[in-house]
Amino acid sequence: MSNTAQYDVESIRRDFPILHTQVRGKPLVYLDNAASAQRPSQVIDAVRRLYESQYANVHRGVHHLSQESSRLYEDARVAVRGFVHAACVHEIIFTRGATESINLVAQCYARPRLQQGDEILITHMEHHSNIVPWQIVCQQTGAELRVVPINDRGELELERYHEMLSEKTRLVSVVHVSNALGTVNPVAEIIAAAHAKGVPVLVDGAQAVPHLPVDVQKLGCDFYVFSGHKVYGPTGIGVLYGKEKLLKEMPPYQGGGDMILSVTFEKTTYNTLPYKFEAGTPNIAGVIGLGAAIDYVQKIGLGSIAAHEHGLLEYATTRLRQIDGLRIIGEASQKAGLVSFVLDRVHPHDIGTLLDAEGVAIRTGHHCAQPVMERFKVPATARASFAMYNTFEEIDVLAEAIVKTMGMFS
Amino acid sequence: MDHLRELYQQVILDHNKNPRNFRKMEHPDGFAHGNNPLCGDQIDVYLKLKDGIVEDVSFEGQGCAICTSSASMMTLALKGRSEQEAHALFESFHHALTEDAPHPEDVPLGKLSVLKGVKDYPVRVKCATLAWHTFDAALRKFKGEISTE
Repeated sequence: MSNTAQYDVESIRRDFPILHTQVRGKPLVYLDNAASAQRPSQVIDAVRRLYESQYANVHRGVHHLSQESSRLYEDARVAVRGFVHAACVHEIIFTRGATESINLVAQCYARPRLQQGDEILITHMEHHSNIVPWQIVCQQTGAELRVVPINDRGELELERYHEMLSEKTRLVSVVHVSNALGTVNPVAEIIAAAHAKGVPVLVDGAQAVPHLPVDVQKLGCDFYVFSGHKVYGPTGIGVLYGKEKLLKEMPPYQGGGDMILSVTFEKTTYNTLPYKFEAGTPNIAGVIGLGAAIDYVQKIGLGSIAAHEHGLLEYATTRLRQIDGLRIIGEASQKAGLVSFVLDRVHPHDIGTLLDAEGVAIRTGHHCAQPVMERFKVPATARASFAMYNTFEEIDVLAEAIVKTMGMFS
Repeated sequence: MDHLRELYQQVILDHNKNPRNFRKMEHPDGFAHGNNPLCGDQIDVYLKLKDGIVEDVSFEGQGCAICTSSASMMTLALKGRSEQEAHALFESFHHALTEDAPHPEDVPLGKLSVLKGVKDYPVRVKCATLAWHTFDAALRKFKGEISTE
């Protein structure tokens, strides 16, 4: 079934201890990767090794362990730079996650620049984390939030985007891959059009980086954000990539240790990039774990991962479409990594509980994208989302469990 | 999946498919809207009271099978009860779904007992109790105890 014969999914699965556990007496079929992926031993071991033999606080310490921790911490930043192909290492800022990265840009880039009459452009398929931070900035500045519509297949209405992009637009913030629909947005085109009008663009890559190779320089985006835990790294760690020029112009997000060069009660001189945006003792283990996760993903290769997952997506789409009474929500021509669906007579919440009984973990609900649910007139959906370690056999288990669920409710 | 029969008993599936008193009420004495933002359950509960007795209860909305069937069974269980009896039933139902041992003041649940299986699925308790919380809000609004939800 797979068109990637050299892709050894069984060998990858051996690296993920949790995939060999049982749930409710059944082998775990983990299809909730868009919420959070699982971690390979390489990540777990890196964090364990850190705490067992390498850990101290980073930066400034003269002793051996502090230097060792600092080196590992900064090595991870180098790994992230390579992963997203940023021009310089200091364009990589560590945050708590994609959400914090967006809030940082909202407060430090948008808020000082925006005023009444200005507009921020987002899309109808954004996660709440790419809606609410902009609503807050709009309240603070009097700017207006405008929303580019999507069509019935769950694709961005690009013509409308070009029309809505105006001399009032001060920032475009758009999701790379939709967490609720799986749609891959044509971000290169979106960015080029915005730049033609001098408008900077933030790309929310939380659902993109585990599935697609990302090159921020080729895309030309001004900001790119993602979370560690969706790309096989620890929770509580995320990344903000920003163009050096913009980051330099922005004020700090938080004040504290590490983000300063000198402090007196009269005057504080802020540290240089990236430390200006990393106040306080950072999530050292999170950063080092993320570095290990990125090394792991790079070793497998995002091209191979994307090809494998594309095969899974096509197979799952075909299998699920054969189920009478099942409707797929989100049928964009360009999709990645997930299938959102509803059943005629079974509420998504019941689907989730019934599939769980078969060992199948999926997500049900509004996926923190209530405007998407409202657009498709459903209260919630069930979502199966794929990762590099999922198999075609697991999709068979999913499909059979759905059929069984429908049988129970018929 | 078969052990889920305990949770999704036939009577629950039946109430889900054919919910009783599933209608909007004209000129209700009490009304409240309940929603469970995590799973998208939305429910409107209407009630009529006469001399402190629940004369009629109905509901509308959309929810999972547990939410819908619980709302349906609630409407049947509440009709003809006094406010105090309704409150005691809600308390007893809540205890049965969340606690191991019954409370001394608990009243018999009757047909509502079929929902006891929800106790083993803690994330689903809010599905089973949404209608009851909404009924409670409608009653308190009618009595002027709360002005909004």
